[in-house]
Amino acid sequence: MSARTAVLLELADDELILGWRNSEWTGIAPFLEEDVAFSSIAQNEIGHARALYELAARDLDTDADALAFDRAPEEYRCAPLIQLRLVPDWARTITRHVLYETADAIRIERLKKHEDAELAGIAAKIEREEVYHRLHAEMWLERLRDEQRYRAAADELWPYALGVLEPELRPALAERVGRPEVTAVERSAPGAEFAELWNEMTMVRRSAPVGAQW
Amino acid sequence: MTEAAVWDALGEIPDPEIPVISLVDLGVVKDVAVEGKHVRIGFTPTFMGCPALDAMRTQMEAAVTALGGEPQVDVLLDDSWSTDRITPAGREKLREAGFAPPPPRATSAPTLLQLQKAVHRCPYCNSTETRLENIFGPTPCRSLRYCTSCKQPFEQFKTI
Repeated sequence: MSARTAVLLELADDELILGWRNSEWTGIAPFLEEDVAFSSIAQNEIGHARALYELAARDLDTDADALAFDRAPEEYRCAPLIQLRLVPDWARTITRHVLYETADAIRIERLKKHEDAELAGIAAKIEREEVYHRLHAEMWLERLRDEQRYRAAADELWPYALGVLEPELRPALAERVGRPEVTAVERSAPGAEFAELWNEMTMVRRSAPVGAQW
Repeated sequence: MTEAAVWDALGEIPDPEIPVISLVDLGVVKDVAVEGKHVRIGFTPTFMGCPALDAMRTQMEAAVTALGGEPQVDVLLDDSWSTDRITPAGREKLREAGFAPPPPRATSAPTLLQLQKAVHRCPYCNSTETRLENIFGPTPCRSLRYCTSCKQPFEQFKTI
């Protein structure tokens, strides 16, 4: 697999799995506006994943659905921060949202300057939508930053947030979040929490033959 | 078959979610190239998770087929579409249908304060006494605002 494909798949896996995790709030968010917001953010993230998988699929001579749903659980490269099932804990969910969006912004900024025009182009398109995710996260950060439950969640999730980024981008994240760099929870083969989600996520695809008409 | 004929046919296709506006008004057709019967359309998606994208693509293919052409719709995954590509006619149609059109893009990304302070005219009563209710709305492209004059919630297109 080329370096370009690896970049696309890592980003796509993060966005797909975060989209699924965010969608777990659909119908049960603390109030209606957040139900709408989290569902909408989930939809955007899955849209980004789809576009990224489409580019990767061209490189690998397959299709986006096959990359999203036909790989074995251990082949996914999503960061441990994203795999965590946080519902029904709103404080930890908002903390992950704030940390992920901050880390993602750093990664997208760099990708926008990539010498590969397709990577740079898709990053710029994703960024147009991510702006609104960050504003939403910022609104919650302002509301919760001094709350005990938020602070405890930030302590817990900070090493995971660092693991979203490659080592050379971590100092930038530490500066933006205002925390010292610690040992990151690195990407590795996903664990049991992910396997459960994978099972749910790929169930429909596995139950019908490829090419089935809906 | 001429390129103008293809543009006219695409201009007749309504947006699948907001049928008052056509795909050409929405600015998602970047270019059209005709070579004999072969018609290539450069299609720039709006929001990447928009479920209407597949419907748009199918309808563009059908329109070209109806003209006797062989369609090829290339999906351009770059950032060439923004809400600034919605035509003036398209903006007016949105407003008439009860949606506040997207403000033009600024040179830098919007801040939370700017979104909250932005002045939007209520599409129902024209008052500027409106407030942001939710950055997110019923579809990815819209935010929710509330008019304190006519006490009516309304949808506003996000600028991207």
